[in-house]
Amino acid sequence: MNSIIFTAAARILVALLFVFSLFMLLRGHHLPGGGFIGGLIGAVSFIVYSLARGPAEARQALRMSPEAIAAIGLGIALLSGMVSFFMGDPLFTGQWYWVGGDSYETAAFSINSVLIFDVGVYLVVLGGILSLTYAFEEET
Amino acid sequence: MAEHSDPNAPWKTPAGMATTAITALLFLFFLRYLPTVAAGEPVRWVIPWIPSLDVNLSFWIDGLSLMFALLITGIGAMVMLYAARYLAGHPQYNRFALYLFSFMLSMLGLVLADNVIALFVFWELTTFTSYLLIGFSHTDPKSRRNALQALLLTAAGGLALLAGFIMIGVTQGTFELSEINAAGSLEGQPFYMLILILVLLGAFTKSAQVPFHFWLPNAMAAPTPVSAYLHSATMVKGGVYLLARMHPSLSGSDAWIWALSVFGAVTAVFASFMALRQTDLKQTLAYTTLMALGTLTMFLAGSTGYAITAAMTFLLVHSLYKAGLFLMIGVVDHATGTREAGVLGGLSKTMPITGAAAAAAALAMAGIPPFLGFIAKEVAYAGALEMRLWLFIVPMALIAFALMFAVAGIVAYKPFYGPQGDLPREPHEGPWPMLLGPVTLGVLGLLFGLLPGIGAYYLIEPAVDAVLGRPDTGGRVKLWAGFNLPLLLSLITFAVGFLLYQKHLQLRERLARIEARAPDLDAGWDVFLERFMAFSKVQTRVIQTGVLRQYMFATFAVFAVTVLFTFLARDLGALSVSFTGLSLMEWGVALLIAAGAVLVVLTSSRIVALVALGVVGIGVALIFIMYSAPDVAITQLLVELLVVVLLAFAFLKMPMLDTKGAQTHSFANGVLAVVVGSVTTLVILFVVDTPFDRRLTDFFEAASWTEAFGRNIVNVILVDFRTLDTFGEIAVVMIAALGAFALLKGFAKARAAKEDRK
Repeated sequence: MNSIIFTAAARILVALLFVFSLFMLLRGHHLPGGGFIGGLIGAVSFIVYSLARGPAEARQALRMSPEAIAAIGLGIALLSGMVSFFMGDPLFTGQWYWVGGDSYETAAFSINSVLIFDVGVYLVVLGGILSLTYAFEEET
Repeated sequence: MAEHSDPNAPWKTPAGMATTAITALLFLFFLRYLPTVAAGEPVRWVIPWIPSLDVNLSFWIDGLSLMFALLITGIGAMVMLYAARYLAGHPQYNRFALYLFSFMLSMLGLVLADNVIALFVFWELTTFTSYLLIGFSHTDPKSRRNALQALLLTAAGGLALLAGFIMIGVTQGTFELSEINAAGSLEGQPFYMLILILVLLGAFTKSAQVPFHFWLPNAMAAPTPVSAYLHSATMVKGGVYLLARMHPSLSGSDAWIWALSVFGAVTAVFASFMALRQTDLKQTLAYTTLMALGTLTMFLAGSTGYAITAAMTFLLVHSLYKAGLFLMIGVVDHATGTREAGVLGGLSKTMPITGAAAAAAALAMAGIPPFLGFIAKEVAYAGALEMRLWLFIVPMALIAFALMFAVAGIVAYKPFYGPQGDLPREPHEGPWPMLLGPVTLGVLGLLFGLLPGIGAYYLIEPAVDAVLGRPDTGGRVKLWAGFNLPLLLSLITFAVGFLLYQKHLQLRERLARIEARAPDLDAGWDVFLERFMAFSKVQTRVIQTGVLRQYMFATFAVFAVTVLFTFLARDLGALSVSFTGLSLMEWGVALLIAAGAVLVVLTSSRIVALVALGVVGIGVALIFIMYSAPDVAITQLLVELLVVVLLAFAFLKMPMLDTKGAQTHSFANGVLAVVVGSVTTLVILFVVDTPFDRRLTDFFEAASWTEAFGRNIVNVILVDFRTLDTFGEIAVVMIAALGAFALLKGFAKARAAKEDRK
């Protein structure tokens, strides 16, 4: 697409959209958002980039092939579910570790398998959608 | 032979030595259980696997499974050692060792499994590993074809078996074999007949009973150690094992007795004639194995102590001598370069040890005292006389055993002690790793015959008890049982057998002539497979047209018809629909969606249709927002956005909308669209009309914070309560993306290749 306005705006848009996608991913547990929505927004940000600069540069900006990102995401999701398996709980039971306390109320923050799973979802959606769009884009 | 190795190649490879050692250790491990099991105390291990479905990885060691386990590991270790030498220097030897070892473990699992589902899994594992082994010489199309034949036949039987197992489990309320057998006979249960047919189908295909027999001689395309191990001593006995295992719960009915007697006897007699007819000694042995399987099946028809003792004794002796003979044929083939009965002769001078081992095996096979084979034959006649169909079984057994006598002479006497033949190679004695097996097995056949009490106490009688499901009196396995009818029958067998051996050349010619006129089941299999593939091709062409429009039409039509059918078949009562109370905004969104949909249908521009479709989607998202479902609304909006982007890319490549072509389809499509739309609307109206069940909502509202520490219920359900579902969904996303990626890249590659050619 040869539009100076779009190309210039894309720089800011891409960064904003990508940060927004991370924001949506992280707030998902309490407010609207989550890995799925975050992944979709993240994908949109890279699609905007590829529309402005072409798929070759977009691929470069991604550093990794989108298929690999999706595969890593799937692996992360599976591993986060297997943590509970090794703790003696059924597969995919959420595991919570409180830092600076012993319950949700007293702890400063928590490390939990649920968020890690959501990160996996985010990566699969991001990688999957980008894999499709880039392939389509390169085809045309 | 291509399968043979370089005699100077190193054979003590890590793969061969490790598999042999582990198998030998397993043999010792099971040997320790002999006293416990002989004292009548079965051992059971349980590992819960899918407890919610009552599927456990449970193992059960009683007399029957222990005897099989010892045969599998004992003969297995010898065969692995033998194979290490036999295939030394073969470029794919490591692969072979892996296959053989995997097969050994699967077979061990099969005979030890107590849970029928676990047994089925091991059953199919032996089928697969056997497929790999038969097709080991995979460059040979015949070997591949025979491997596939064995796979298809035995796997099909395995599926029938699974159905039978599930019906047994449902009928008896347990999948544990020990409990099923303890519950007594299934006869009289409503599904008994069906269960029996299914189980017999599995057993008969695996144990190659007529008319499924033809895969077994073909399986001899495998290297000789495989034939010795799988196709004589272990795998083909899987079916016999199953019949013995299920004996307490399935035997006794008329159907059982007739089916096993008739199929077993016909197989035994047919196979022993075919054995006489072959000139390749390996083929001869293949058919004698078939004969043994038939005989075993025939005796399992009975339920008396003698009949089962006959089956178990014969099983033991057959495993010993047949594995030995197969290994011996391999040694001879290795040394002389031929397996033709007409050529081989006078080998005992150059190969004395092989000759002695062969003689021991053949004497056991012919049933000459004091070998265990003699006892087996005596008990077999005693058992046959006790059977209900004895008038049929005794003559059939006599014919089979007499022919066995003659075949033993052909296989072992003539090559070693007959007149000197004209050999392709100067014979030499085999190396020790290849002799250990045949010699040990031959010696064991003699020892068990001389000291029948030991074999009977530790191996045969515990197995008989297990098959009968009750303690047997024992004491039937004796070298000298006195002057009685079985002894007389034995003497007749020897006389007839000797005559048959004398005349075997003339007989073979006559058999060859009969065979030429008889229908060839093996060729029939090829025809069957060809027709079946032709049928699948036609069917695929009809169903898989490759035209997306037709797929979608079919999908929607099936949906509409099935839902309509449900509406008509069930009386759903009256529907109360009211449009009052709708706000202006709600009307507005509804009109927006409707307008978008109408525009999609009417426009002749793809881009306009795409944008109009986007309007419909955004309208739906607006509805989600109005009814406070922000997560769903955001997702819907984003997906709409991405769909528009993706389709826009696709449209760049597509031709203009072909309005003329669409005309021909438009009427049917229009009708279908209206029907699907109406049906869906009706469904939704009915769903909305039923009172909302709040139980799940209440649970999630209450538990989402207290148990999962999240306030966004939608997200908590996705990542915590229903994580497995979500995992499945993202796996689908991944697979879909990969599939599309492969398709698009495939097109690109094909096009590049096309341009290259220009």
